[in-house]
Formats: sequence, C-alpha cells, structure tokens
Amino acid sequence: MPVARVVVDVMLKPEILDPQGQAVQRALPRLGFEGIADVRQGKRFELEIEGPVDEAALGRIHEMAETFLANTVIEDFTVKVEKAEESK
Amino acid sequence: MTARIGVVTFPGTLDDQDSLRAVRVAGAEPVSLWHRDKDLHQVDAVILAGGFSYGDYLRAGAISRFSPVMETVIEQAKAGMPVLGICNGFQILTEAHLLPGAMLRNNHLHFICRDQKLRVENTETAWTSDYSEGQEISVPLKNMDGRYTADDHTLDELEAEGRVAFRYVDVNPNGSLRDIAGISNAAGNVVGLMPHPEHAVEPLIGTGRTDGLGFFTSIIKKLVNA
Repeated sequence: MPVARVVVDVMLKPEILDPQGQAVQRALPRLGFEGIADVRQGKRFELEIEGPVDEAALGRIHEMAETFLANTVIEDFTVKVEKAEESK
Repeated sequence: MTARIGVVTFPGTLDDQDSLRAVRVAGAEPVSLWHRDKDLHQVDAVILAGGFSYGDYLRAGAISRFSPVMETVIEQAKAGMPVLGICNGFQILTEAHLLPGAMLRNNHLHFICRDQKLRVENTETAWTSDYSEGQEISVPLKNMDGRYTADDHTLDELEAEGRVAFRYVDVNPNGSLRDIAGISNAAGNVVGLMPHPEHAVEPLIGTGRTDGLGFFTSIIKKLVNA
C-alpha cells in the first residue's frame, strides 16, 4: 500500500518577535559559528498518509494545518508532499 | 438565588481547586466541570483555570480548545454566558477565538512567578464591576507563555473600545504588547487575563491581600441581579 509523507512547516510570522531564535543566534558565535545574521525557530510536522494524496486529502491537511497545527494569528504554514514510497 | 459557577478541569489544569475555593469564598456555589463532558450542569458562568492543559505541547491552550466541554462553552459564551479565562484559560480563549490575539513565549524565555501590580482599566465587564476604574491591585503571576500579541489594527480596536481590561503596572513581566495583562470581548461577558486573582482571595495565603476577590464578587452580583 502506498504511503506518502506530507510535511507541514509552521513558522512565526516575520513581524512576530522570536526570542527562542534569538537565543540560538546569540549562542552561535560562542560556538565558533560566525556570520549568522538571524535565526528563527519553527515547527515541522511529518504526516504519514494512508491512501492517495489527492486534492481532497491535501484539502483536509490544509484545513488541519490552518485550524490546529498553526495558529494563523501568529504563524504561517506551508504544506508540501514528499514523494510517495512503496511500504514493505 | 445562589449563583452556580463552573470551573473546568483539563488534563494538566493546576489551579482548578483554587478557583473553586475562590468561588466559594466569594459566596457562590462552585461546580466542577470535566473537559470530556459537553454538559455544563446548569452553571451560570464558567471559569477556565490556570495550568498546562495537555502539557501545552502544540501551543498553550491549542489542544484543550478542541475538548468536548469547549464546544458548549464557545456556544454559550457567544450567547452571553460569562466566561473568565485565567492564565492557561486566557490562552484557551484566544485559541478558541473567543478573544482576539494570541499568547506567545515570554520574551525573556523564563518561567516567571511574582506578585504583579495591575491597573483595572475596564469595570464594565461581567467580572470587574466591583473594582473602580484605574484601581491598582496586586495578584500573583506565574507563566511561561504570557506575551500577549495581536496586530496593530486589533490592538487599536481593543484600546478604542475600552476592551483592554487590565494593564501591567511598574514592570511588564513578559513583553506583552502595550502592557496588556487582560482583555474582554466586545460584549464584556468573556474576560481573559494572565495573572491569577484566584490566588489572592484570602489574607493568609498568596500575596497576603485579597485583591483578587473582586472578580468573583463582581460576577456573583451580576448573576444575582440578572
């Protein structure tokens, strides 16, 4: 049965202060990683989908991301399909 | 008539017992509500108490917002039932879109626990009529995700309509925009705030003051006079 993976990436909107990303960015020079001007931290959801990833399935995933995985007051999200694989 | 005030317990709620006690100290009948139960058991008002419902694993309040009890709370709140969200309860109210904006991680990334001074900006809500406008009160504050955020348009609208119910005084503990500690909906029946009035209703505990009691006496007066 084909199993596809759909990835939902959630990021704080650009105008929202991200103190976690800033803390990471500030630590980088101490560790010897120079030249990183900014860091923003987000969330990645990997969804294993049973059945075909057709337009209807993607519509449902989009709805899920919009209502639950992301809070669109403060976050943006993207949905992308990773190549379907044959499961063993 | 004795007012019946429900307090919802979600998995991870911490302050339900203090909230129930505050309701009793103020003179109403406290009613425990369970998050899996859609039935509100004929309560006249609901408190969403503080804590870390569902561990705040996705975002603070995001998972509990879809609990069965919230279906009824959202429906009833829109119909005018008074709802108070304290801390995690405030986060749940924003996730449920009963209040605008969103709550983010504190700007300094630390959990904070302190006595916090607040200014009461709006005494017209269901939960604040026993205070006087501009009154300064001190109640405990304890949270990780207390930074209130909304876009400028929403903030301007809240200010213009007098819906900023509480502002932090002296210190902004979490980077909350425009020092906002609590807001109400347009009708004034739904109020959310980050600090914890339920921890300041008896002189022997908490701040040693009873500055939080006004929330509970306000709602009782409103319900009894309704």
